[in-house]
Amino acid sequence: MSTPSTSAIAVTPHRVGAMVLRYLYLLRSSWTRLLELIYWPAVQLFVWGFLQFYIAENSGFFARAGGVFIAAVLMWDVLFRGQLGFSISFLEEMWSRNLTNLMISPLRPIEFVCALMTMSLIRLAIGMVPVTFLAMAFFGFNVYSLGLALAAFFVNLILTSWAVGIVVAGVLLRNGMGAESLAWTLMFVLMPLTCVYYPVSVLPDWLQVIAWMLPPTYVFEGMRALLMEHVVRVDLMVEAFALNALYFAAGVFAFLQLLKSARRAGSLLQTGE
Amino acid sequence: MSKTVEPVIAVDQLVKVYKTTTAVDGISFALESGSITGLLGGNGAGKTTTIAMIMGLVTPTSGTVRVLGAEMPRQHYQVLHEMNFESPYVDMPHRLTVRQNLKVFGLLYAVEDLSGRIASLARELDLTEFLDRPTGKLSAGQKTRVALAKALINSPRVLLLDEPTASLDPDTADWVRAHLERFRKERGATVLLASHNMAEVERLCERVIIMKRGRIEDDDTPRRLLVRYGRRTLEEVFLDVARGRGEGREAAQ
Repeated sequence: MSTPSTSAIAVTPHRVGAMVLRYLYLLRSSWTRLLELIYWPAVQLFVWGFLQFYIAENSGFFARAGGVFIAAVLMWDVLFRGQLGFSISFLEEMWSRNLTNLMISPLRPIEFVCALMTMSLIRLAIGMVPVTFLAMAFFGFNVYSLGLALAAFFVNLILTSWAVGIVVAGVLLRNGMGAESLAWTLMFVLMPLTCVYYPVSVLPDWLQVIAWMLPPTYVFEGMRALLMEHVVRVDLMVEAFALNALYFAAGVFAFLQLLKSARRAGSLLQTGE
Repeated sequence: MSKTVEPVIAVDQLVKVYKTTTAVDGISFALESGSITGLLGGNGAGKTTTIAMIMGLVTPTSGTVRVLGAEMPRQHYQVLHEMNFESPYVDMPHRLTVRQNLKVFGLLYAVEDLSGRIASLARELDLTEFLDRPTGKLSAGQKTRVALAKALINSPRVLLLDEPTASLDPDTADWVRAHLERFRKERGATVLLASHNMAEVERLCERVIIMKRGRIEDDDTPRRLLVRYGRRTLEEVFLDVARGRGEGREAAQ
């Protein structure tokens, strides 16, 4: 064996790679898991795409704002499925009662988080890339035509999804499977506040204050500005990135504190309900 | 001047309190290099919590645990690559094949010549024909051997076992014990074994620590325990301790 680093925060690529390999083996072994990655984003796309067609036929405003719903649903899926991809990979360890094996191995918490982030990207790519081509084929909407703005939207949304995923993983470590529903539902608490399908201005003033605390709000506003007014709002992306940096750091800190608390409470021994 | 050899595992005044329940209540012991020690006790005696604190999985309320000189859990990353653990209550991913599981853990432990190590463990543990089968499709005995292969993948200097032969038929259990005995001799590993199985402890262990309600009730070699309690088997000694009949010990003292 090679001499290991003794630091808790040192990241060793081979251990991150080992965990990614473990999740890839799992995906490869189960076609239902693979199908599920594409199924829901595709269903969402068709529902919102046909709704967009219908509204555009009856409203000049929506006819001009071509693709705004489709773009919104694709962006929302990056946010939601990015977090879900992170959380499901983590939950796989709890479902298979393998967490103790990992916690007593040299795997560092930061390496575990890096592997979960990598898997979130891989799962997202498997699920979303085919759906973007479906959007082109069925609704004539090419999300890649957004160019660099798409990259900025993606980075900001994925950072938020990871920040939420990291906190959920910490809560699961501390509280066990009783907190599993958080993994599936937490992002939906943010949905009305991040203004996926409508502008922030429709919210009451006091709710707008909260909405602007959430990085995805900036992304969805920026997306509407680009599609409806053809304006690239760099200022919104920079503000979103600053907020994301803050939330991501807070998420990692919370995860490490929850892990510490789990060690004190003995929750790592009992990861059931 | 004689050189003092630091014990591989040193537990000092260890206490663990979960809310209002005291799981471990001020225990101390030290395990020398290459020793094999049985941790005996009924349900709720504190064996699993003790092992979990030795692994750094649970933080002690007070007291200290040192493994290979590192304080657990504060310095556990210094020594986790030298340790491993096996328990029937901890699984490995069922959908992954045996080979895939061993490969993942081998990479986590940075095992050199991993393919060779997996092949040699498979031969030793009679797993070769199951290597490409999903772990979840194996029988209980086969799964135990896979879990043992995982626990030995890094040739640990410290091996912790929590009821390693629970729910196995006598033949498989005997086979597992023989393998553990061989591994300990060849590697010179320090082994701590929590068990309910007195015959297993009597056969494998050169020292027995008996716990009851979080405390150490007795700590000696199996032979001396039998003599002191005036019993023929460790099971009888265990029942004496469990039921508070410590006359044998008190008389000896």
